[in-house]
Amino acid sequence: MTLDIEKIRKDFPILERETRPGVRVTYLDSTATSQKPVQVIEAMNDYYRRSNANIHRGVHTLAEEATSMYESAREKIAKFINASSSREVIYTRNTTESINLIAYSWGRANLKTGDLVILTEMEHHSNLVPWHMLQAERGIELEFIPVTEDGLLDLETYKTLLDRRPKLVSFTHMSNVLGTINPAAEIIRMGHEVGAVVLVDGAQSVPHLKVDMQTLDADFYAFSAHKMCGPTGIGALYGKTVLLESMPPFLGGGDMIKEVKLRSFRPNTLPHKFEAGTPAIAEAVGFGAAVDYLSTVGMERIAAHEHEVTEYALDRLEEIPGVKLFGPSADKKGGVAAFTLEGVHPHDVAQILDQDGIAVRAGHHCAQPLHEKFGIPATSRASFYLYNTKEEVDLLVSGIYKVKEMFG
Amino acid sequence: MDDLYREVIIEHYKNPSYRGKLDPHDISFADNNPLCGDHIQIDLRVDSGGIVTEAMFDGHGCAISQASADLLMESIIGKPLEEVKKLNKDSVLELLGIDLGPVRLKCALLSLKVLKAGVYGLGEASDSLVE
Repeated sequence: MTLDIEKIRKDFPILERETRPGVRVTYLDSTATSQKPVQVIEAMNDYYRRSNANIHRGVHTLAEEATSMYESAREKIAKFINASSSREVIYTRNTTESINLIAYSWGRANLKTGDLVILTEMEHHSNLVPWHMLQAERGIELEFIPVTEDGLLDLETYKTLLDRRPKLVSFTHMSNVLGTINPAAEIIRMGHEVGAVVLVDGAQSVPHLKVDMQTLDADFYAFSAHKMCGPTGIGALYGKTVLLESMPPFLGGGDMIKEVKLRSFRPNTLPHKFEAGTPAIAEAVGFGAAVDYLSTVGMERIAAHEHEVTEYALDRLEEIPGVKLFGPSADKKGGVAAFTLEGVHPHDVAQILDQDGIAVRAGHHCAQPLHEKFGIPATSRASFYLYNTKEEVDLLVSGIYKVKEMFG
Repeated sequence: MDDLYREVIIEHYKNPSYRGKLDPHDISFADNNPLCGDHIQIDLRVDSGGIVTEAMFDGHGCAISQASADLLMESIIGKPLEEVKKLNKDSVLELLGIDLGPVRLKCALLSLKVLKAGVYGLGEASDSLVE
């Protein structure tokens, strides 16, 4: 069941990179974006070297090949999340665009003044701002499931909010700061009981956990390729067929139409109805290769490896005087360790660690309201993926001791 | 270790000489660095001849932003406002005695942006003030 970590690290050429002479990179920032294995890089290269053409409607060999690569990647992605059909997988630019698509298309068709949307206090800005924008336009109401001191969602309060009959519940499956893995199936079931539609931000969960649309029963599920070993510039929106079919199109243009007259159009069928214009074809191919890669390694194995590294990291970080960790214990979270170091600003922590090649992120990680809740402007965040090791955690820990010494 | 964290920077960060508020004051302005949430407020007292007689900064941020604010306050006391208006990026880098990449430059220049927006009586501390 364990990962062959040496073999996996060899798949990621960037991990050999020296960020300064003699200092190899220790990449602990996969929550922001993951590194890419050669399998993905080569699939994209190969597409451009051998098969590049615009998709659909072309009858020449290259166009047919490009179309089939683009569509077979969609099938791989659908299978990876166990969607009932690849028609339920819409390509977008990223999770943010997926959520905006829902707010724009489903939201404008279904929400009116006074309708309630439930979000949570641990959301990324991408699952806050689209709803702020819709609130300004439509006068919808927003309520938030509170986050407890130990970084969990307060489901008792959620229960009382549900009495107000929300139209939509939208929440993150896994927090990008606290690492909290929320009980998604339960939150979805509770929302459905009062007739709400439920959207899940899966940007952090799909790369790290086995997610299954059939058991989760989410109405919409959004995620990005670049956080799961794939390229930037492409993401996906899963939606139940009946909902996607009832929604008006998002962007208008080529490919999303069945027929266009001078004064009217008929939209295309799923999934093309939501994909206007020439899409990110090479990126879709890379997305498919990433899904193949993760499936070959095995999501259960990846999750188990990350858990082991994270548990070790939390234990070691906790021992450092002045370090304060945020979020729940290792059994309730994914591979994220957000922390503050007494007397030292997170930017300084990140900058000094960088001298030793250690890449961590510092700031509010696009979750400003969550930081406000904990009364801090920023945190440093180390995050772990399938290629990270306990030895790298040790480097992080000695790096933090170095910071302490400098600011001593 | 790089000289990014020269002793003088750590020293001004840990033991600033000009941290606090002035009440009353002639000029006061505050703004944030939206990228990292750093916040700086600057209060000045100016005499009838337009000379800065006292200067204080308050707020929170990284060592680079706080040290540059402290050094900046030290450097403008006794100077005419007309001269303060002429300060730019290079003046701050000279005070710090280091060179900075684009990300950390924003930290270093926050206090100068706030200072100049206050002196010019502007509503916002924009990047164009320090270029």
